[in-house]
Order: sequence, then C-alpha cells, then structure tokens
Amino acid sequence: MTTTPPTPATPAADADAAPAVYQLTVNGITHTVEGTRPTDSLLHVLRDRLGLPGAKNACEQGECGSCSVLVDGVLVCACLELAEAAVGCEITSVEGLTPVGAEPGDAALAGAVLTDVQQAMIEAGGVQCGFCTPGFVVAIHDLLDRVPDPGPFEVREALAGNLCRCTGYGRILAAVEQVVTVRGNGP
Amino acid sequence: MTVLAPTRLDDAVAALGADPSLTVLAGGTDLMVAVNYGQRRPAGVLSLRRVHELHDWHVEGEGHDAQAVLGAATSYTTLLDPALAALLPALAQASRTVGSPQIRNTGTVGGNLGTASPAGDTLPVLVALDATVELASASGRRILPVSEFVTGPKQTALAPGELVTAVRVPVARGPQEFLKIGVRNAMVIAVANCALVLDLDRRRLACALGAVGPVSIRDHDAERWAASHLDWDARPDLDPGMVDGFGRRMAAASRPIDDHRATAAYRRHAVDVLARRALARAWAAP
Repeated sequence: MTTTPPTPATPAADADAAPAVYQLTVNGITHTVEGTRPTDSLLHVLRDRLGLPGAKNACEQGECGSCSVLVDGVLVCACLELAEAAVGCEITSVEGLTPVGAEPGDAALAGAVLTDVQQAMIEAGGVQCGFCTPGFVVAIHDLLDRVPDPGPFEVREALAGNLCRCTGYGRILAAVEQVVTVRGNGP
Repeated sequence: MTVLAPTRLDDAVAALGADPSLTVLAGGTDLMVAVNYGQRRPAGVLSLRRVHELHDWHVEGEGHDAQAVLGAATSYTTLLDPALAALLPALAQASRTVGSPQIRNTGTVGGNLGTASPAGDTLPVLVALDATVELASASGRRILPVSEFVTGPKQTALAPGELVTAVRVPVARGPQEFLKIGVRNAMVIAVANCALVLDLDRRRLACALGAVGPVSIRDHDAERWAASHLDWDARPDLDPGMVDGFGRRMAAASRPIDDHRATAAYRRHAVDVLARRALARAWAAP
C-alpha cells in the first residue's frame, strides 16, 4: 500500500481555522466574542459564549421560536442568525427586556425584576415546563409594543411561530389578555 | 471562514466577483438551517444585511407600465406593508402564509428566488405576474423573467459571481388570489399552491401553480381559454361548467410527484380545487 503525502491546507481551511474576533452588542452591552466557530449561530454565541441562556436551543431550524430575540428591534429566531453577521446590530434577548418602571438599557434592573409579560405568564398559568417561555415572552413584548390592543386572531397569528407542548396555549393567550388590560389598552 | 458585510451594493458585487465561491447570506432562513445541520459549510459568507439599497422598494412607471421594484433583501413582512400589498395583493397573500412572524421578518424575496424551492411561496405569484429578476455581476447587469431564472428544483440561471439585486413586478389593476394547501395554516411548506391574477385593463387571466412540478407551472392555452369565456364588461356570475373546465385544465397541466408531504394524485386533485376556488374568488372580488 502506498501512502499519499499529506494534503497541504488550503487557504479556505486556514481561514476556517483562524479564530474570528468580533464584537456584539447585546442588551446594551458590547461584548468581545472570540473562540467561536465561524458558522456559529447567534443562539450559540448568546448561550455558550456570552452567558445568556434565556434563548433556548431546540429545533435549530426556525420552527419552534424558543430562541426568539430582537435584532435591531425586529423579532427573529437567533438560531437562524449568523452571529458574525450581527456585528453592528442592537440585539435584545429575554434577559434584556425592560421591566415596568425601569429605563431602557438599565442593565442592573433588567433581569432582576419581572416584566409585566413575565408576571402575567406566571399569574395566568402560562408557564409549565418553562422551556418555550422566554421565546413567548420576547414575542409577546414585540407584539404588544407594535399593537397595544390586538384582536384574538392577531394574537394567534403573532404567536404562531412559538410552540408550546405543555399548556395548550389557552393560558398563554390569557396572559396576553391580562397584559393588555393591565396596561390599560383593553376594551 | 470569512464573513463580509458590505454596506454598498457595488462593494457586494465586487466582492462576489473577486471570490465567486462566497455564499450569499440574505435572511438565512434556508442557509442557516443547512449550516446548523452540518449540510453546508461555507468557505466564506457575503451578508446582505447592511446593504440598505437591497432592503427598499419603489414604484417605477405609471398606469399600464407601472412596476414595483423590490430590492432582493425585501422581507416577507415588508411585502405585507399595506402600501405594497395594495399594489401586489397576491404577493402579500403569499407572504402571509410563509413561516411565522420570525421567519417573515427574516426571509427575503431574493432568497426565495435564490433557493428556488419548488414549494417557494412567492414563485408562482411572480411567474403569474410576469415578474423579472435583476442580476448584477462585476461584468454588468442583466434582467431575466422569473420563469427563466428558476430552471429546476433548487436550480437557477445565476452565474458564478452574480447576485440577485431586485425583482421587478408589473402592477396589474384587478383582483388577485393566492391559495396554499398545507397541513395547517402556520409554519407550513406548501403541498400545492396557486396564484391567479385578473388584469382588468388587458383583459387577461394568469394562473401559476407551485409545488406541483419542478418549477412554477403556467398553461397559456388554459389561461386564454378561460379569459375568452369571461364577460369582462358585465362581470356576471361565472358559468360553473367553465370554472370546472378551468380546474381540469390546470390539474392536467400540473406535473406533481409523490413525496413525504403528499401523493401526486392528491396534489393533482388539490390543484383542480385551488384553481377553481381562486378563479371564483377573484371574479367575485370588487
């Protein structure tokens, strides 16, 4: 048997191996990210590099919504964002949602006090195993920030990208209704 | 792997010309799934996120010649913008059936074209509206009809180093319909879909089918036959026999296959129903 000499590394392989260093702005704080794989999604970087495990990893194909975050104020699945392509964007994860009474970007308060949506999810029984909850919380904040008094079909359409296998959704929808009432936007 | 994120279109085109092996990243709703599952490992990525001119739309021309020019990175959510939906109602209807809010915020019309899935929801609409695709490369620009751009399942006429920059969609006056069959309303890939356009000024009917062939399917004979049986002036109730005939013709034009989503026989039946329903709804619309 003959042996073949080792194949020299291609430039592409070198580039692939080179550790990328870049900065991401998450919840108002700019982090330096290093040591990631270049193909890592924003979800992996948030969870495994930046210590923000609120966004959950489940389907990795944008089907379940449990990794929902805001990128430049737009609701997206973090698993479908290439982390390095989010350089220069304002990223908001569930940890960075602003509770009532806190100033936007008040990082000390964010995460330590529940938002009205989180409080309503607890009170309405919208949390069971809790895995989908952060994604729902981000999606509900996004909906109610854009549409303060959504109709029932509007709520269902807005939350169609978030899957919950425990609650049957009724209590999550009740939580949305409760937030609308508490915010004084109800009928 | 390098990630390039230019802010100017010229720079994006130049980068792709310098390295045609770059993988273009628009919304990422297709590419990142393949990356996450280890099916694709790009050597380099050209992100279009910061190329702002690709995210905008505008109208060129007036009256019969008006065209909506959609930047390639126009998202499905933008296609639902009421001002744009009023011009391209079937494209808005199709966009509303795509994925979830998260996916619609991210996915783009240029990405739907570039991926060229037989089930791509905007494709039959663009084909029914005789839309064209603008392509740019270091050596210049060219425009292709969508029906020539998509050449097969996940295959396009895109040359190495070429970028989809815009989609030009003629604005037709008259009702339009987009209908889709899937296992539920949200988060579903089409088993069959159907776009139908009534152009009241030109007295033309166009109908394109998706997910029932390698590319979107039209039958110009069936369209002309249907248009000739319509009373465009009085717009009376449709003759049920004519509607049935149109459904049969479209079903016969379809070329479905059996796969894990549905059988060919089911798809052919679905196309018959969808074509009849789309015609009836469009004709009855104000």
